[in-house]
Amino acid sequence: MNNTDIKRITPKNITDKEFFYGHKACAGCGGSIAVRLALKVLGERTFAVLPAGCMSAVGFIFPQMAFVNNAIISTFPGSASMASGVSVGARALGLKDYKTVVFAGDGGTADIGLQALSGAIDRNEDIIYVCYDNEAYMNTGIQKSGLTPFGTKTTTTPAGKNIHGAQSFKKNMFEIMAAHEIAYAATASIGYPQDYIDKINRAKHTKGTSFIHVYASCPTGWGIPTETTVQIAKEAVDSGLFYLAEYQNRKFKLNKNPKSFFSAKDYLLKQARFKHLTDDDINIIEQQRDEKWEYMREHWK
Amino acid sequence: MNRPKVQKYVRPKHIDDYPVGPQFTAGHLSETNAAWRTFRPIIDKDLCINCLRCYIVCPDGVIFKSENKVDVDYDYCKGCGVCAYECPVDAIKMVKEELL
Repeated sequence: MNNTDIKRITPKNITDKEFFYGHKACAGCGGSIAVRLALKVLGERTFAVLPAGCMSAVGFIFPQMAFVNNAIISTFPGSASMASGVSVGARALGLKDYKTVVFAGDGGTADIGLQALSGAIDRNEDIIYVCYDNEAYMNTGIQKSGLTPFGTKTTTTPAGKNIHGAQSFKKNMFEIMAAHEIAYAATASIGYPQDYIDKINRAKHTKGTSFIHVYASCPTGWGIPTETTVQIAKEAVDSGLFYLAEYQNRKFKLNKNPKSFFSAKDYLLKQARFKHLTDDDINIIEQQRDEKWEYMREHWK
Repeated sequence: MNRPKVQKYVRPKHIDDYPVGPQFTAGHLSETNAAWRTFRPIIDKDLCINCLRCYIVCPDGVIFKSENKVDVDYDYCKGCGVCAYECPVDAIKMVKEELL
């Protein structure tokens, strides 16, 4: 599909309507920026499916309903299957011009919801799956998930004298999705909102399953001041610890290829969850980053 | 109407007043979030260049386009300060709320 003929959505022409409003997320929540912007791009005729996670916990508090479009809470492992059902059900009812979107956290995507998501991509259901990645199970009190990076202090991977936080590396969700030969997959960051809006817009105009992995900071779980939410998500990309890429028509594309990186040490030590890291730990993180980038620069042109 | 407004919640008196299943009206808000706030964002309209950066990055969507550049819905602003931090011309100041 040619992407150039899609009308670009910018802050000037994006709808003034708010579809995620009055929710009870923590001040400075990154996940709520991701949900809010995605719904503004997708519009009112969107069915949102949310598994257990922050965004369902803060949006659906009886008698409040923060979603202005249709929204439903699914089972934790079944968000992609419920979205598949909503999508084909609406088609069977003869509805036209609608979208189905899932907003799941990193745990609901990479750990618990992975098999349902894999099945939905296999059937190539017409759904958009947005994974807002705050790198741990934040809603239940900061436990380690499959997308928690190396060295992170969480309540299940505490930082002690011998073991410095999580010892496993971040699961490579984007490439796992791409390995399904999905119609469209992308990574984004709330630190680059225009890039994120463009990718949601591209997913909106893609027939078949789309997956967007958006890096969404969490002031509560990461131990950062609330006002730096967007800045820290930007620095994660600038320091090379998160990358902006797309997958379409069996091709990978790197959207941002910086010549030099912002200091990973500065990015990490700003956050309470990484404060305990020693220079050796940071070296491991930087070495892993450099290997990844070497591969991406060579293969994803 | 671009943003949902607060509606008074009437506690059901009879079993018939309850919703039939676990569903509820979309966009029904029964209370505000203003009491969460310690600092209030004040926009200096003379400095504002209307770049709409604050409008895009606000986690609560409380900054809206108005006749005079942008305004804040103080009923739902939680005072996180993202708008003031991201403003490229420092037109937004965070001012401490005072008890009335």
